[in-house]
Amino acid sequence: MSGSMHAESDCDGTRGMRKLLTSNEAVAEAVKLAKPDVIAAYPITPQSPIVEKLSEMVENGELDSRFVRVESEHSAMGVVIGAATAGARVFTATSSHGLAYMYEMCWWAAGSRLPIVMALAARSIGAPWNIHGDHLDLITLRDLGWIISVAENAQEAFDMTLNAFLLSEEVNIPVAVAIDGFTMSHTAEVVNVRQVDIPLRKQAYRILPEMEVALNAVAFGDARMLARYDLAKDLEESASSIEEKYGGLVERYRLEDAEYAVVVTGGLSGDVKDAVDMLRKEGVKIGVMRLRFIRPFPRKAVKELPSQVLVVDRANTDLRGVLSVEVAACGVENKNVVAGIGGKYPTVDELYSCLKRFVDGKLSDVEWLI
Amino acid sequence: MILPGNTSCQGCPIAMAMRCLDEIENPVLVIPAGCSTVIAGLHPKSAMKCPVVHVPFASTHSVACGLSEAYRKLGVDTTVVAWMGDGAADIGFATLSASATRRDDILTVVVDNEAYMNTGTQASLSTFWKAKTTTSPRGKTEEKRNLALVMLAHKVDYVATASVGYIRDLRRKFRTAGKKDGFRFIHVHTPCPPGWRFPSEKTIEVARKAVMSGAWILWEYDGKLRISPPSEKYADKSKRIPLKDYLNQGRFAHLSEEDIQEIERKIDKEWDLLLKFS
Repeated sequence: MSGSMHAESDCDGTRGMRKLLTSNEAVAEAVKLAKPDVIAAYPITPQSPIVEKLSEMVENGELDSRFVRVESEHSAMGVVIGAATAGARVFTATSSHGLAYMYEMCWWAAGSRLPIVMALAARSIGAPWNIHGDHLDLITLRDLGWIISVAENAQEAFDMTLNAFLLSEEVNIPVAVAIDGFTMSHTAEVVNVRQVDIPLRKQAYRILPEMEVALNAVAFGDARMLARYDLAKDLEESASSIEEKYGGLVERYRLEDAEYAVVVTGGLSGDVKDAVDMLRKEGVKIGVMRLRFIRPFPRKAVKELPSQVLVVDRANTDLRGVLSVEVAACGVENKNVVAGIGGKYPTVDELYSCLKRFVDGKLSDVEWLI
Repeated sequence: MILPGNTSCQGCPIAMAMRCLDEIENPVLVIPAGCSTVIAGLHPKSAMKCPVVHVPFASTHSVACGLSEAYRKLGVDTTVVAWMGDGAADIGFATLSASATRRDDILTVVVDNEAYMNTGTQASLSTFWKAKTTTSPRGKTEEKRNLALVMLAHKVDYVATASVGYIRDLRRKFRTAGKKDGFRFIHVHTPCPPGWRFPSEKTIEVARKAVMSGAWILWEYDGKLRISPPSEKYADKSKRIPLKDYLNQGRFAHLSEEDIQEIERKIDKEWDLLLKFS
């Protein structure tokens, strides 16, 4: 869907076009600008509109890419791994069970140090069946060695996707861009579609005929452990690039003088900010730290939080939310609210009363907003 | 295409088939987990004189497809060869089928040793009826799947069976397939000394006896299905050697006379079916 549009300059002077786009469409527009050589995907709700849009672009000649219609997500990731190995710029997208089904290959994408960009329209994973949003799928990517960015709105979905190609090719680590299922993937907002020229593909290595080399042969002894260490180290160090060039690991909202902070990621952040604004009007010194990236994890920023911290999670590990555990691992004690599982989205009023109880010291250690 | 001193077992048929890869120009090999992973070399060594991309089991044809699509898009001339065992053909079957249906530009070689040998001889879909494996200790109860016929049903450009017992026929098939474009499939019978329990100097003999007894049929499809020369005369049952001579392997040591007669009936049926296509 694209509504009325007109060209205009962005604040930084780049050419742009304001369009009414869902986050799915914003991702597709960014991918178009990046001109991937090969796209492979298998449809799944709520991601499907991304690759439907891209296949339209390919078929009507707007985008010169090979679009491979695979029979599964496992194969979608396999195709982009193969194509990236040959030196192609690649893209895929998935959600939920699709990510679970390609999980094995996501390890190989990271272990192979291939620049790969994947959009994830975050959705609950069964059982039972549920097509709506939470971060239960997203969180399964945590330990693989991917860079994981989480957008707050359609504009950021566009910007993060475009940046993902540059970042991935700079550090030779695959990058996931998450958008919340339905509340973002299927919700239209005005997006400035910047017209930028993306540099040519670069990557650490590629495999060509007549090279007598083996990629990913059995590696015993030091080699496997070294490869894992190098990936972990490079992932950690990608933080400096992200801070310098790609908008930073976190957004700080009304945190300057804050005594209370809420940590949150994704589209829910907007509602949390509204609830924070309501409390601010009452004179409560509270702010938000929105995680734009959960890998590399923004440890430095988290350690600078004020002493009273509430983490709002959309995925749990045991009773506790996953981000709450991550924040605690930085030495920052926190209260935890698990919300919005399977699309059970809290209202701003519900968030407000939750934050209010937090500020009043009445919130339990962990609560689920059921 | 493969260096001597590699890590294959004594009498390994896969290493023999790998030598024949020199019939294919400019190959890029994609190898999933299996015996071939080990034979191709452990890091930092490589036994192959061409690039090898090692991949997880079920991703053989998706990674091969990605390589092939990218090379075409970037203007790189090569033959992407998906080199897999019968195990990878089991676990990656949906992906193999999708790749064939898309007619991806890939030459597929399945080296079939009729069990999961690299993990210690567990039964595969390719394991022969009644053959003992570590997961069918009293003999497998299901039939061997005829994978090449299944691939023929995908209406691809080239399908052939081959055997390490008939290297000239195998080399010709590699060469023929290597010169073609599109999806090509070659199913190579590779009798495995430790897995089938026969002496390692007898690989070629066992492979030949499979053909001479009619148990493995060499054929080729390139628009028309033909029985290949080494197998031609065994269409006539009276020309076949006694089946017992082929089944003289440890994995079949427990067979009764009735079992052998039943296997003979199964082989006759296989021939009847195949000849209907020719």
